[in-house]
Amino acid sequence: MMALTVSTAHFDRLVTAFRVPLFPEQASTHAPNVDALYFFMLAVCGGVSISIVLLILFFAVKYRRRTPDQLAEEAHVPIALEWAWIIIPSLFFMSFFGWGAWLYFQDAKAPQDALEIACTGRQWMWKFQHPDGQREINTLHVPVGKPVKLVMVSEDVIHSMFVPAFRIHMDVIPKRYTEVWFQATKPGTYHMFCSQYCGTEHANMIGSVIALEPHEYQTWLNGAATGSLALRGEALFNKLACNGCHTGDAEARGPYLPGLYGRNVQLTTGEVIVADENYIRESIIKPGVKIAAGYDNIMPGYDGQLTEEQIIELVAYIKHLGKKYDQFEPVAPPTAPAPRPAGQDPDQTLPIGNVRPSVPAEQVPTPTSPAATPAVPGSRPTSN
Amino acid sequence: MIEENVSLPRIHYLNSHYGWKSWLLTTDHKRIGLLYMVSITLMFFLGGFFALLIRLELLTPQADMFNADTYNKFFTLHGVILIFFFLVPSIPATLGNFLIPLMIGAKDVAFPKLNLLSWYIFVIGSLFTLWVVAVGGIDTGWTFYTPYSTTFANTHVIAATLGVFFTGFSSILTGLNFIVTIHKMRAPGLTWFRLPLFIWSLYATSIIQVLATPVLGITMVLVAVERFAKVGIFDPALGGDPILFQHMFWFYSHPAVYIMILPSLGVVSELISAFTWKRVFGYKFVAVSSLMIAIFSFIVWGHHMYVSSMSIYAGMLFSILSYLVAVPSAVKVFNWTATLYKGSVSYDTPMLYALGFIGLFTIGGLTGLFLASMGLDRHLHDTYFVIAHFHLIMVGGAVMGYFGGLHYWWPKMFGRMYPEWWGRLSALIVFVGFNLSFFPQFIIGYLGMPRRYHVYAPEFQVLNVMSTAGSSILGVGYLLPLVYFIWSLRYGKVAANPWKAKGLEWETASPPPPENFLEQPIVTEEAYNYPTRPAQPVKHGGKLTGGFAQPAGTAGKGREAEVV
Ligand code: HEM
Ligand SMILES: [Cu+2]
Ligand SMILES: [Cu+2]
Repeated sequence: MMALTVSTAHFDRLVTAFRVPLFPEQASTHAPNVDALYFFMLAVCGGVSISIVLLILFFAVKYRRRTPDQLAEEAHVPIALEWAWIIIPSLFFMSFFGWGAWLYFQDAKAPQDALEIACTGRQWMWKFQHPDGQREINTLHVPVGKPVKLVMVSEDVIHSMFVPAFRIHMDVIPKRYTEVWFQATKPGTYHMFCSQYCGTEHANMIGSVIALEPHEYQTWLNGAATGSLALRGEALFNKLACNGCHTGDAEARGPYLPGLYGRNVQLTTGEVIVADENYIRESIIKPGVKIAAGYDNIMPGYDGQLTEEQIIELVAYIKHLGKKYDQFEPVAPPTAPAPRPAGQDPDQTLPIGNVRPSVPAEQVPTPTSPAATPAVPGSRPTSN
Repeated sequence: MIEENVSLPRIHYLNSHYGWKSWLLTTDHKRIGLLYMVSITLMFFLGGFFALLIRLELLTPQADMFNADTYNKFFTLHGVILIFFFLVPSIPATLGNFLIPLMIGAKDVAFPKLNLLSWYIFVIGSLFTLWVVAVGGIDTGWTFYTPYSTTFANTHVIAATLGVFFTGFSSILTGLNFIVTIHKMRAPGLTWFRLPLFIWSLYATSIIQVLATPVLGITMVLVAVERFAKVGIFDPALGGDPILFQHMFWFYSHPAVYIMILPSLGVVSELISAFTWKRVFGYKFVAVSSLMIAIFSFIVWGHHMYVSSMSIYAGMLFSILSYLVAVPSAVKVFNWTATLYKGSVSYDTPMLYALGFIGLFTIGGLTGLFLASMGLDRHLHDTYFVIAHFHLIMVGGAVMGYFGGLHYWWPKMFGRMYPEWWGRLSALIVFVGFNLSFFPQFIIGYLGMPRRYHVYAPEFQVLNVMSTAGSSILGVGYLLPLVYFIWSLRYGKVAANPWKAKGLEWETASPPPPENFLEQPIVTEEAYNYPTRPAQPVKHGGKLTGGFAQPAGTAGKGREAEVV
């Protein structure tokens, strides 16, 4: 089953690379309703635009000035026409209004039995908590065919949850819960965007909604419940107060970590290196060796204070803060090998159970699964 | 365009005084109009430059030219500069300043010194903005949404908000001046329903400027205060309400979109009439529709906030009102189309802009209807669909109208013609470039690409490349007029009224004398009182001189062919 998902993911990627989509996928119960209104308005408004343009062209040609002194012809156009083109468009406008309002009204309240998932937006990531405590970052697993309600709040500025394939959209506001609900209709991986401008990495505040068949979703829930590497890494990250400096704020004393993995990093020496597992590991235990440009050598080294296991957890956590899109450091010449295709983890050749790179390790069925392998230092050739 | 055999008047407003002081201390509305024209042209090309940088970055899905922060500054500066420092002042402050007194037969505006003051205030506001550009920019988006702008951004927010605050006052003073001028200084006989439609539209615009802009001013001040003094107004962490900001911002900024478009609607009415030699069909409906738009524009701001946790019922009210405001806009489009019927349509450059305007404004307005629908906006909000929509209105509409007006009144302003062939070429390039730039964005938007993204999913690339290609064509279309307009100041063919257009502004010399009219004009007829020929079946063969037995060359001259 997992293997199957991997191959369709590859296939999807291939298809999107060679196709110019003109219409978004319909993957929720809302989608066809929204699209129906869209096509109705498109037909009416398109018809009107085309008629007006044709009429203008027709008049402009037919009544063109043929001699330099040709006067306009006397024309008697009944003024009733004026009322006609006030009243008829108004009727159409009211039909647009009625339909749109009805649609909105109908979908405003989530069904009683909706599965409730908590969502927290912050600069610049999405965090989700499932009812049973499963947590994910920038990825949201949901079952197909069951209404899901997101209860959302922001930790800092206003964000906006936007899943085009579901045709849903709702602002995520600090200190106030907002809600949005959807019911996925087919399994797949769909874009999740932050659409409200929220600062530097706004364009990277993205992720995926992964809609699974109910039984797969159940399997996923069971796997994620045990607490994965990255989850334990996160707890450690907070316990050691790493987040005191790596706050993600612009004034933070430590670099911003999400998206770091696999990216080019410029050092104070001017050298540019790729942030692989070894670099991350080294940056934890001997941070003074390679210092990212723009930061001071103030981070304490954790050499000898952490077990290898703990370091692996931390590395797994930082790796899974990763983003779907390829990052490109503008200050640095591209020393990295050819950029990875979007979303493709270099470790994918390794036998991991992790189906998609944007999926955190939480989904790995058991903590002892081979997912731990790539985090072991030295498992990949070092790049420098 | 009609060949004329005229020479420049001996004394006119351009040569009556010399020297820097005669410009910088002038109270002549015509010169102030030109001061504005030069200033906003600089801002136009600066803002346009940022647009090109944005489009360049969007050629590929990765961030390969600029990093995130730089890109964010680019789109912010693009929006702030082009909206507050180009589009809002554009037609009112240049063409409006120049033409209102001429069109109503007055010597100047009601408060000439105030008029000069508003230019200076505009310059101060612009200097703030240029300073922001020079010292590192601002990255909040032109919408300054809180709490990002007040607490989280670490760019030059306060200076930018002050810049907007200042230019707002310039806008208020200009509006005030125009309202009083139009009320009090019309020539004898020039009743309200004899006014050119351009005056009606500027009157409606001025009302919005005076009533809405103060709200923008206070909003900007509150942002600066919260940022500077940490007073909790908008930031919930300080006890404020971020949604309050959106209400205040859009209370100005929705009417502001009509500050930008109404003057263009007025210009197009003038152009359609002048290039068909015909009275605009349904004059009163077109005139009153401007006022209706102005009034309704104050009560639809909530359509920008359907997904910001507003109550459904409030949303419904804003939605239905948004549809109502579209009715008077539709009325104008239908009336222009009907004006062409049996007109004498010529294809001079201004008319090409006007025809392009009607098509693009129609589509822009109709896509506004999609966004006004609560059900659809839930998908389209903050995507490229919105970007395409308002660029159709603001660039396809407002800027096209401004360019059309510039070409039309250029001989009035400088007594010389721009090269007509180049004019038509540039109008065509602008039209093609524009469509290529913005139509793909509707598709990108419906597909779900959010705005303000410098990196995007690879499947959006092809359409983005099309859009970027279009914008470079558009850029060429805008540079051409810059070159030939400057060229024409010296080498253009001398012209007085090459369109044989009616209207008081054409009754005086081109360029006009400093006092506009040598003697007080008295108005005895309706606006656009062009002579017509009796309705007759169209003959073929190109020989159609109409029903007037006049020697060729004079029949169309409006003025001479007095109709009682
Ligand atoms: C004909 C009637 C019009 C209607 C019904 C309409 C409707 C709308 C709606 C509902 C939105 C909000 C979409 C969203 O944020 O999701 C919008 C955005 C916008 N419209 Fe219009 N519009 C109309 C005409 C105009 C005109 C005449 C202009 C400008 C001259 C204009 C400029 C804008 C701008 C600038 C935005 C985007 C603001 C932003 O989010 O940054 N619109 N319009
Ligand atoms: Cu965000
Ligand atoms: Cu609006």
